[in-house]
Amino acid sequence: MKAGVLGKVYNDGDVIVRQGEAGDCMYEILEGTVEVLREKNGQEVCLAVLSKGDFFGEMAIFEREVRSATVRAMGEVRAMTIDKKTLLRRISGDPSLAFRIVEKMANRIRELDIEIERLKAI
Amino acid sequence: MSSDFKNIKSSDTHPPLSDENTSHFKLNENSRIAVIGGGPSGSFFAYFLLNMAERVGLDLHVDVFESRDFDNPGPAGCNMCGGIISETLVQTLATEGIELPPNIVQRGVDSYFLHMDVGSVKIETPLQEMRIAAVYRARGPKGNTDLEWGSFDGYLLKLARYKGANLIDDRVVDVAWSNGRPEIKTRGGVVRSYDLLVVAVGVNSPTLKLFQDLDMGYKPPGTTKTYICEYYLGHDGVGSNLGSSMHTFLLKIPRLEFAAIIPKGSYATVCMLGYKIDKELVQSFLNDPAVKKIFPPDWDSDKGACQCSPRMNISPAKKPYAERMVFLGDCGVSRLYKDGIGAAYRTAKAAARTALFEGVSEEDFEDHFWPTCKSLKNDNAIGKLIFLIIGQLQKISLTRRAILRMVSKEQKKEGKKRRMSAVLWDMFTGSAPYKEVFFRTLHPLFLTSFLWSFAVEIWPFKKRTTIQEES
Ligand SMILES: Cc1cc2nc3c(=O)[nH]c(=O)nc-3n(C[C@H](O)[C@H](O)[C@H](O)COP(=O)(O)OP(=O)(O)OC[C@H]3O[C@@H](n4cnc5c(N)ncnc54)[C@H](O)[C@@H]3O)c2cc1C
Repeated sequence: MKAGVLGKVYNDGDVIVRQGEAGDCMYEILEGTVEVLREKNGQEVCLAVLSKGDFFGEMAIFEREVRSATVRAMGEVRAMTIDKKTLLRRISGDPSLAFRIVEKMANRIRELDIEIERLKAI
Repeated sequence: MSSDFKNIKSSDTHPPLSDENTSHFKLNENSRIAVIGGGPSGSFFAYFLLNMAERVGLDLHVDVFESRDFDNPGPAGCNMCGGIISETLVQTLATEGIELPPNIVQRGVDSYFLHMDVGSVKIETPLQEMRIAAVYRARGPKGNTDLEWGSFDGYLLKLARYKGANLIDDRVVDVAWSNGRPEIKTRGGVVRSYDLLVVAVGVNSPTLKLFQDLDMGYKPPGTTKTYICEYYLGHDGVGSNLGSSMHTFLLKIPRLEFAAIIPKGSYATVCMLGYKIDKELVQSFLNDPAVKKIFPPDWDSDKGACQCSPRMNISPAKKPYAERMVFLGDCGVSRLYKDGIGAAYRTAKAAARTALFEGVSEEDFEDHFWPTCKSLKNDNAIGKLIFLIIGQLQKISLTRRAILRMVSKEQKKEGKKRRMSAVLWDMFTGSAPYKEVFFRTLHPLFLTSFLWSFAVEIWPFKKRTTIQEES
């Protein structure tokens, strides 16, 4: 890895987060693209493609469930973990730190609404 | 305009409280805010205030006064520090959507070495991930010609400007009250009054004297002199000698409290904290075998590229707020010895939240800004106690050996709880509050392991520990 970069590098096809595993951090994508996959009965469904500036795994921060999806690197990816404990401690002192997370989650709900509307129309 | 720049003493200097003043302590559409100082705390404040104002649909006018040009290498563009951006701050900024780009991060740091006279040991993060950033506050040290690198302070200021802050590259030379509002005067002759004055001038500027005489209860923070020197080793030289580790030293050198060597792009930054640092103390540290072994054999300690003796905040300012005025970062309350930039972020954000959502009266700052400062202040009191204990332990060779034994044992065992490593990691990197570190040392398992390592060292038939790990 280059000297002046942060996070960790994942290669094409590397699984960063696996569905069903316990998690205690979220990930910020610093470079590259990942696919978010849901596995059911041995089949993979791609739920989303995320890239630089996006984060994933945030559900682990707010609930104690296992990872709801698998996240896999598409090409070389650089991502950094954000610890649950660090983040919750900071949010408890400064709730405005959660603004961006809430904003992104709201965007995702909006996208899901569009998707539901599309599926209902079929 | 009824302003008074000359005789700003005692009661003349306090804002006259008219009805208008007491009832209009809220920021409104087009309110004017001045930030003196475009270091981390000033830029963070401007950025977050404008960011939150945008969310609530409020237009504010923010002027940042900064006379330094951070695009310069060396003293002209530098706010003098070790340049470690703590793990917690890197993660928090990432959550805020602020990524530190590769041209600002001179080196990602994933581990650190603890060097003592009895040996050295490497402490790694279990994740083996670069979550600490080593940066330069200017565009590198004096004489740096590698313009690929950017300044950390310059980057933050750019973010603030991108959000809409107006940079005025001028120096504030006077402050007064005008019709109950703070008014500033610059060297270039600008005279302007504002709805809020944010003071973010650090502790290395004579500007603080301007506020000392104002009758508002503010007293500048206590400081101590430190020492920083940059050595050119070349990009590969830094990689092969220091790696991606921060090197910390607990040595038995009189008056030396703590020292670190930090890997940057092509340079190594030597940072020293101690009592009355002078040439003699610097020399005895640089000539110590534990230090010499880190540098190449032909290294000449007299050939530093750049050196300085900045002051460091070591005790909090008194009452860092007043009507329409707030003091951030180093000139207010910071963290003891560690993560000063993290403290600048926290105080700046608390002030921005208060100003936008609560108001800018003295009471608003006392109720909503001061608690953040107070929690830093209280944590520093525990930090002081920890450093005192470390100072005492440092004097006893047996305890130094026991620490070394415990850490090296932990580092060899995968998956096990690394209690001493975690305590030292958080202590040296500033990743956790001092209170948390302190309580972890009181855990029965921590104490048992430490006493066991101590007992092994005392055992007369045991070979004495000297652990060396290659960097
Ligand atoms: C030896 C040493 C090592 C350190 N190492 C680290 C470290 O590794 N990590 C870390 O997090 N912290 C470290 N710190 C602490 C860190 O440097 C400070 O906490 C941090 O710089 C505080 O930011 P600030 O914005 O409050 O002040 P400053 O960084 O001092 O910025 C103040 C700004 O105000 C400007 N200014 C001053 N007066 C005026 C005026 N009248 N008009 C206009 N502009 C003005 C200055 O030009 C400057 O740009 C270290 C400190 C020292 C002394």
